[in-house]
Parts: sequence; C-alpha cells; structure tokens
Amino acid sequence: MSLTEILEKYPKGDRGFLIPILQEVQEVHGYVSPDAVDEISAFTEVSSGEIFGVASFYTAFRFTKPGKHTIKVCRGTACHVRGSSRILEMMERELKVKAGETTADELFSLERIACFGCCALAPVVVVDKDVHGRMSSTKARRLLTQYGSREG
Amino acid sequence: MTVSAYESLAVPDEVRDAISNQAHKWIAVCMGTGCTSSASAELRRALREELDKHNMNGQVEVRRTGCFGFCEQGPIVVVYPGETFYTRVKPSDVKAIIEEHILRGRLVERLLYRDPATNAIAESWHKMGFYAKQKRIVLHNCGIIDPENIDHFLARDGYQGLHKAVTKMTPEKVIEVVSKSGLRGRGGAGFPTGRKWAAARQAPGTPKYVICNADEGDPGAFMNRSLLEGDPHCMLEGLTIAGYAVGAKRGFVYVRAEYPLAVERIEKAIQASRERGLLGKNIFGSGFVFDIEIRLGAGAFVCGEETALMQSIEGRRGMPRPRPPYPAEKGLWGQPTTINNVETLAWVPLIIRNGWEWYAAIGTETSKGSKTFALTGNINNTGLVEVPMGTTLRELIFDIGGGIRDNKQFKAVQVGGPSGGCLPAEHLDTPIDYESLQAAGSMMGSGGMVVMDERNCAVDIAHYFLSFTQAESCGKCPPCRAGTKRMLEILERIKAGQGKPDDVDHLEKLAHTVKNGSLCGLGQTAPNPVLTTIRYFRDEYLAHIAEHRCPAAACQALITYEITGACNGCTLCARMCPSNAIIGETKQKHTIDTKACIRCGACYDSCNYNAIIVH
Repeated sequence: MSLTEILEKYPKGDRGFLIPILQEVQEVHGYVSPDAVDEISAFTEVSSGEIFGVASFYTAFRFTKPGKHTIKVCRGTACHVRGSSRILEMMERELKVKAGETTADELFSLERIACFGCCALAPVVVVDKDVHGRMSSTKARRLLTQYGSREG
Repeated sequence: MTVSAYESLAVPDEVRDAISNQAHKWIAVCMGTGCTSSASAELRRALREELDKHNMNGQVEVRRTGCFGFCEQGPIVVVYPGETFYTRVKPSDVKAIIEEHILRGRLVERLLYRDPATNAIAESWHKMGFYAKQKRIVLHNCGIIDPENIDHFLARDGYQGLHKAVTKMTPEKVIEVVSKSGLRGRGGAGFPTGRKWAAARQAPGTPKYVICNADEGDPGAFMNRSLLEGDPHCMLEGLTIAGYAVGAKRGFVYVRAEYPLAVERIEKAIQASRERGLLGKNIFGSGFVFDIEIRLGAGAFVCGEETALMQSIEGRRGMPRPRPPYPAEKGLWGQPTTINNVETLAWVPLIIRNGWEWYAAIGTETSKGSKTFALTGNINNTGLVEVPMGTTLRELIFDIGGGIRDNKQFKAVQVGGPSGGCLPAEHLDTPIDYESLQAAGSMMGSGGMVVMDERNCAVDIAHYFLSFTQAESCGKCPPCRAGTKRMLEILERIKAGQGKPDDVDHLEKLAHTVKNGSLCGLGQTAPNPVLTTIRYFRDEYLAHIAEHRCPAAACQALITYEITGACNGCTLCARMCPSNAIIGETKQKHTIDTKACIRCGACYDSCNYNAIIVH
C-alpha cells in the first residue's frame, strides 16, 4: 500500500490522527522515512520538524530500514530476575550491534522491549512474530543460526 | 436505525444452554497471550480434528477462552462437565484427551496438575492450591466465555448493568451508587471513582470525553491485558456506563500496541456492540448516544500518566502537565474528561447490577472489592490471580504462588512495578490494601508483583528499575531528568564495586529531591525502589561499597564463575565461551581462566550438569 493510499483513510488536517498515521506507515513500510514525514506533514498540516519531534518521543517509531528479521529481547522485570540481561549481552556480542541497531548485512535488527507480558515464559525472546519462551543465552544463540539460514 | 432493548440483549437458546447448562459438554482452550505463545491455537485445531475423526464435533464444543491465570502451566485445557484441568498440553496429547476422557470417561492422569508439595493430583481446578484462596469476581468470565462472541457475554448477564443504568437510573444515581460502593481506581493511585465522575459531570462545557487507560506499561504486569483478552465487553460496558454518568458521547480506549491480541479483541467487541445497538445512537431506545474509538500507545511508559496520555491522543509528545486543572475540568482537547483504568471500569457493570452493598461487603474498611495481580519472578506459580483486598502478601506468594522456585529462600517482593517498593520477608504479613502497602514504603500500583529470591541482588534490582524509569523520563522536569540519571550513575558505580562511602546517603538525598521536585507520578515514584532497597537491604549496599562483594552473586563485576567436580568434560562450555577462557581436555574436568573470563555467564547457562557455580 502506498503512502497516499494510507493517508486517504484519514481525515485531512486533523492532528488527532497523527500518531495512528505514523503507526500505519511504519506497519506497512517497516519504518518512517524522511520523505514520508514530509508527505504526512502536508496532509496533517503539522510541520515536519514537529512530526519528527512527536515520532522521536515514542520508542515505537524507527527512522531507518529494519533488517530482514527483528529480534526483540524482553527486559521486563520477570525476565530480568531470570537472567535476560545475559541474553541481550550475548546478542549484542554475537551480532556486533547494540540494541536499536541493524547488522551490516541487514539480516537482523536487535531491539530491547520493556515487557511483552508473557512473564510465565520468562525469559522471552521474540523473533519477528514468533515467541520463544524459557530462553537462556545458549538457547537464544541457536535462534541466530535458525533464522539466519531461513529463506524468504 | 434503532435496535430495541429486547433485540440488543437477546441470546440464542443454544448459546444460553451452552453457557448455563451444567451438563453441557465442552472443552475450554486458553487463548490468552501466555498460552497462545505456547501454541494453544494448534491445540484447538488438533482437538477439533480428533473429535471429527470420531464424528463427535456436534456433541462436544471446543471453545476458545480467555486467561485461566495459571500461565506457568500453559497451554491449559479444561474439560466440562467436571472442570478437569489439564496442564502443559501438547498437540500430541490431544488423542489421549479425546479417546480416554471424552469417549471412555477416564481422566488422563499424566496431564493433571500435581501439587509439588504433596504430589496429590488435583482433578478439578477448584481443588488446586493456586485457586483455593482466590476469588475470581472481576475475572468471572475469563476462562468461561469465548471473548469474541458477544452472545456468550450476554448469556452471563452482560450489558444488563448498562441496561439498568440507562433505562432505570439517572446519571446522578449511577454516580451515587459508584460512590457508595467505595470503588477506588485500580491503576495505581487509588482515587475514588465516584468522585472523579461527579467532578466531570459537574464541570461546565461540552463535549465531554471518557477514556479507558489500558496503557499497562509496568514491566512484569499483565492484569489488564488478560482481562481485555478474556472479557473485552466488560470494560466496554463499564466505559459506556461512565459515558452515561458524566455526559459524554465519545469514549477512547488507549491501549498498548505491544498487546496485539487484546487490541484485536477490543476491535471485534466494539464492532459487535455496534451491530447490537449497544453502542451508537439511541442506546436501548433511551436517546443516549455513545461510541468508542481505539488509540494505540507507541511505546512511552509515561503515557500511562493521565495528562500525558491525553497529549498522546491529541497527536503530541506525551508529556505530563501540571494539575490542577484536573482532567475532570480540562482534559482531552481542553474539555471535561474522565479517565479510568481497565479493571476499575470492569467493576462498574457488576456494581450497577448487584448494588453497591454487594461490592462494599468485599475487602477491608478502606479498600473494597478484590484486586488482580500478575504474580511473576522467581515464584513457582507464575500467573494472573485475583484476591480480596486484605489478603496478606504471604498468602499470595506462598499459598497461591506456591512459594519460591528451586527451593530457594524468599528475599523480597516488588509490589507496584517501577513505582512501587521492594518489601522484605518481615513484611510478608502485610495485608494488601492501599494504606498498608503505602505505609511499608510501596504502593498498590496496577498490580505487578515480582518475587525475588536469594539469587537476586537488592542493588541490582534498584538499578534495574531506575534504569527503566530514567530511560522513560520524558525530560520535562529537571529533577526527574537529571536526578534519575545521577542516581543511576551512583548505582552503576556501586554495582561495579567502585562505590564511595557516602554514596548511600547521597542516593537518599537525591531520591528525595527527585520525589519532591517532579510534576507527575513517574518522577514522584521513580526513587521508591532505591529508597526501599536501602531501607530494607542497607547491608547489601555496604557490602558492595566497603567489601567489593555482591552477596547475591548477581552483579557482574563482582562475581567469579568456577567449575566444580561435577564437570565431566563434555566441552560444551568451552565451545560456548566467547573469550576462550575455559581450558580442559575432553572427558577431563575443565577450569576457568578468571583473568580472561568476561563473566558473561554463557558457560553457566549452557552447562547441563550444574557443574558451574557463581560466587
């Protein structure tokens, strides 16, 4: 779906829909590009600078293209007391990126998430939309091989 | 189009029978996030296929339900009649459930819950320790109804509260009943709901708005999510009654985007309510007009604060503003607005239906009703529980929660998420009510309860929560923005074994500045975990500072890993070690070169023989 098609679904010039628009753009395109910000600005009648100010306030929005797979390591309290910091550290070491970054080969984006809310499965790692529960750094390392070799 | 009250509330006979006939044969499959993550969707398909094989699909209903609460044992399948509770069910177990239980009437013993202490089998869920002391009132539909079927909700007297309010009561009368019940906000601060509504009702100006705050951002909390996933109409009914009481025509549900399943169920529920005339123009032919829209959060914890949340709905940076004026006077787009938590709203229809006396009879003198909690951390029975106010922490953690994992010692419980406090063993007999928790240095919060054992370090926990609140501080108030950062630096130093003698005093001083100098609840409560851990575990702070030692062996810079005699030389740890710090021949005991070791814990996590210890 093109940006114009997304915008057409919303009332023009209504700031109240700014965040829902940004959310849908990211959902469809994977990120919010500078060009998209300009187009949203023209449509909502909110300046590009202000849109960027709003979007950058919320951790959900990203401004760079994500990798093929997104790895989200839960850093909620339940996961923390069961050792999730070791998992995140391992991921950063193995992928040679920090949380919030994408690997040079654009295969993986690494993110830390405040809490998924499936605390019974702690520690939790979510890759794309698959939930992997009761993880350890050893088990999580296997996910990298598993997804790294996956086609499509 | 106007739908008559009769048509709005009508339920087909077969649904009524399926919901209320005790002899109805059905299988409940939990489809909450916890169980879905453990593949319960596959399970539901497998059950249907297996029933098909025996030509029994028309005789036994397979029903998707909301959360049973016992997430630790998920995926959960319950067979009725008999309420047989099967735990950790895999698709490969489905054949046994159908062939043994359904066809031959014999329980599948290996899937039943066994009490870890007595090894006794629990045949039905009411016989399990986890449920014995619970009172599932606000959760009464979770695990029973199909959350995506409005008929199920209606068959359990759903929307009867709204019907009564709109057709038989004035808005003032509704507010009076809610006030008399003693209902207090379940989102954290515990403000009386009736008073909030009365203020918005009386405030001049139209339009008015009502908002459901479902931005459950506390890490380690999932009460609202479970309730929304298991019984979305209950919240919608409460929000509609709130709209009627304060005089609003438009309501919003502000829900976390991280809860896709809850969002989907709320969307479907709103759609179904509109089709039934339970939302829209002229509800129950009374002339009352009301509709509800969803807004998704975008990952900012501070948006759980009411003024920040409203900024976010308006399409702005979610930064809190000073109060007064309170939202009841000037809220969304400067108009009178009422904002309530999910659980608060879910109580409303029940109170209207059953009367304020019914509600006021549950709980304690000042804290009425029951409360849901997300019980997590190093506890045996992780899950969602509901207990009457006044239940003690000990009952919650040991009787319901089944005590501490791996037979370790209880150390502390963090009540109320990052805003709450860490309470040690001597406070286990504290009753759970707004005032008692506050007196102990914690707070009710929205209901997150994270249990810690001897392996968790007080300094590390304080550091964990503060790093969360520091990152989530919106930056408006300097005491919060800079103060939490400075506090975090001190905690980092202590964790690294480089603490200074006056660091604890310094932390306390900063903590009070941050608390007193911040506008909103985030800054006012962010220092609580630090203050309570200092109050109850000062020795541990001093051990880090004076002796460069972490008594719980949790702070990375202060620990050493060691391989014990249990090592059989399988070489797995050596292969896992990223710094080649593990030396040893195959089938010989390995050793760790502590100089090369970066203390990442990869060896500890990988060892299958528990041969690696940390001290």
